[in-house]
Amino acid sequence: MKNKILNTLRRFLPFLGVVVAFAIHRLIEDSDEHPDAEEAYYTWILYFFLVATFILGIVSTFIKKLKKSLEYSGAFWGGVGIVVAIIDIVIGKFALFPVLFFPKYDNILAQFFEGYEIILKCIWHSTKLLVTGFLYGSGFGFVTGVLLGFNKKFNYWINPYIKLIGPIPATIWIPISLTIFPTTFGASVFIIALSVWFSVALMTSSAIQAVPKAYFEVSRTFGASSAFQIFRVGIPAAMPSIFLGVFYGIISAFLALMTAEMFGVKYGIGWYISWQKAMLVYSGVYAGIIVIAVYCMLILTLLFKLRDKILNWQKGTLKW
Amino acid sequence: MVTENKENAKGAIHIENLVKTFISNEGDTVTALNGVNLDIPAGSFVSLIGPSGCGKTTLLRQIAGLAEPTSGGVFVDGKKITKPGADRGFAFQQATLFPWLNIRDNISLGLRARHVYKEHKQDVDEFIETVGLKGFEKSYPHELSGGMNQRASLARALVGHPDILLLDEPLGALDAFTRMAMQDEIHRLWEKYKTTMVMVTHDVDEALYLSNYVVVMKARPSKIEQVIKIELPFPRARTQDTFVLYRKKILEILNFAGKIPEPEYYL
Repeated sequence: MKNKILNTLRRFLPFLGVVVAFAIHRLIEDSDEHPDAEEAYYTWILYFFLVATFILGIVSTFIKKLKKSLEYSGAFWGGVGIVVAIIDIVIGKFALFPVLFFPKYDNILAQFFEGYEIILKCIWHSTKLLVTGFLYGSGFGFVTGVLLGFNKKFNYWINPYIKLIGPIPATIWIPISLTIFPTTFGASVFIIALSVWFSVALMTSSAIQAVPKAYFEVSRTFGASSAFQIFRVGIPAAMPSIFLGVFYGIISAFLALMTAEMFGVKYGIGWYISWQKAMLVYSGVYAGIIVIAVYCMLILTLLFKLRDKILNWQKGTLKW
Repeated sequence: MVTENKENAKGAIHIENLVKTFISNEGDTVTALNGVNLDIPAGSFVSLIGPSGCGKTTLLRQIAGLAEPTSGGVFVDGKKITKPGADRGFAFQQATLFPWLNIRDNISLGLRARHVYKEHKQDVDEFIETVGLKGFEKSYPHELSGGMNQRASLARALVGHPDILLLDEPLGALDAFTRMAMQDEIHRLWEKYKTTMVMVTHDVDEALYLSNYVVVMKARPSKIEQVIKIELPFPRARTQDTFVLYRKKILEILNFAGKIPEPEYYL
């Protein structure tokens, strides 16, 4: 009985977290140092979450899976509410840091509500760059890795160059690629592809070389062709590590993407941030950072969902 | 008399002056097989037994065609072996199933590799049933026990109907009871499909329980010491008294018979 009440309470902790944030925001006045936003965006958001978390608490009573997960994660989300409230006190209410660099919530949210068109445009531009660069990079990386893993001659002649070029941060090539490629888009795609290419190639080739010899012997006793041994034995066996290569690759691709955008490209999230900074609009900088955080998390979550589908035979080597 | 599966004419093995040497890491030449001669009649069950380093696994791999001989050769039904082939199945000490394939796909992998899967679809179902894995076709190897994986591995080796099945200590990694159950399984498969069986083992009782012939090998220099014909009818019982004589003979050849010390005085 006591447990049941406690569990119900847990499911309403996110709601309580929002209540705390809301109470603090309404009870204490914002510091005068902050410029006022056009509208009370933060209050709007808090209203939304008050309703949403309360409905979630009610609905979860009837959905078993949601109930279980909320009983576990409820405390965390309640904590998030408190963290949000503390930041509100430190920055919004008492302006303990210079307001130019630490704007209050209303002003950051204003960037989304008033400038969503340009932010969406930037997200679209970054996605185009990232997807194109990622596809080229992982495609070439996979082929290079397979050749390195299976072909001794290729390994002998090519591997030393890869070892030499691979570890150099891809962003170093920006000045050169900007002069070689006719468009900045092409140059940025090249930089992103290069950074993905190395980690995928490296992980693929080392994974193929680490495939247990017994697997190949088994397939030889069937009378399997070498194509069969490469595509049906070696590559599937190496798949978990190849996935790791893709994972590391996409992380360095984010880095390359942001750096490339801060250099010559117009539009894109990285460009947005450096543009806002140049104009001393730090609320825009924070808005950009929030976009990047959510964006990267979404992509990685998607990637891991994909892995769970393809590599369901393997119990997670890497958790997300 | 011994139930020799005479009606099966295929799968006779003839080994002639087989020599296999390796170069060790230090650059020395190591002789793994020193002029082996052996004839295995089609349809018989032969066990290779001996201490580690006597070359029994090397011999098995030569029959499989997994390694080139230094000189001499292995002939199956009169044809010299140069590479692995579908006429010889191989069951490894570890089940070595592919973890990314379910049991059914693992078993049918050999057929797919030879592009004959469509014609032999029913064979896969038949063997899944024969080794008692019905209902587990969709399971992955990591979800099943070691014994079940080894059954799947046997089915995988047998599904192409090879004339010869080579078994490299296939039960070595199993516990004692699973092992005995699997011995019965192997015997049943042999009776049913009349495949020539060549099995490497460390277990004298296992060899006696299953084989027509026990080939006793010795190390340094590695060679065949003696071929013993086991003249006991099938089915055999593990508790049978006649085993003792054969066991004594094999252990004596291998110098493992041991000795009870003479008492110092008699009452």
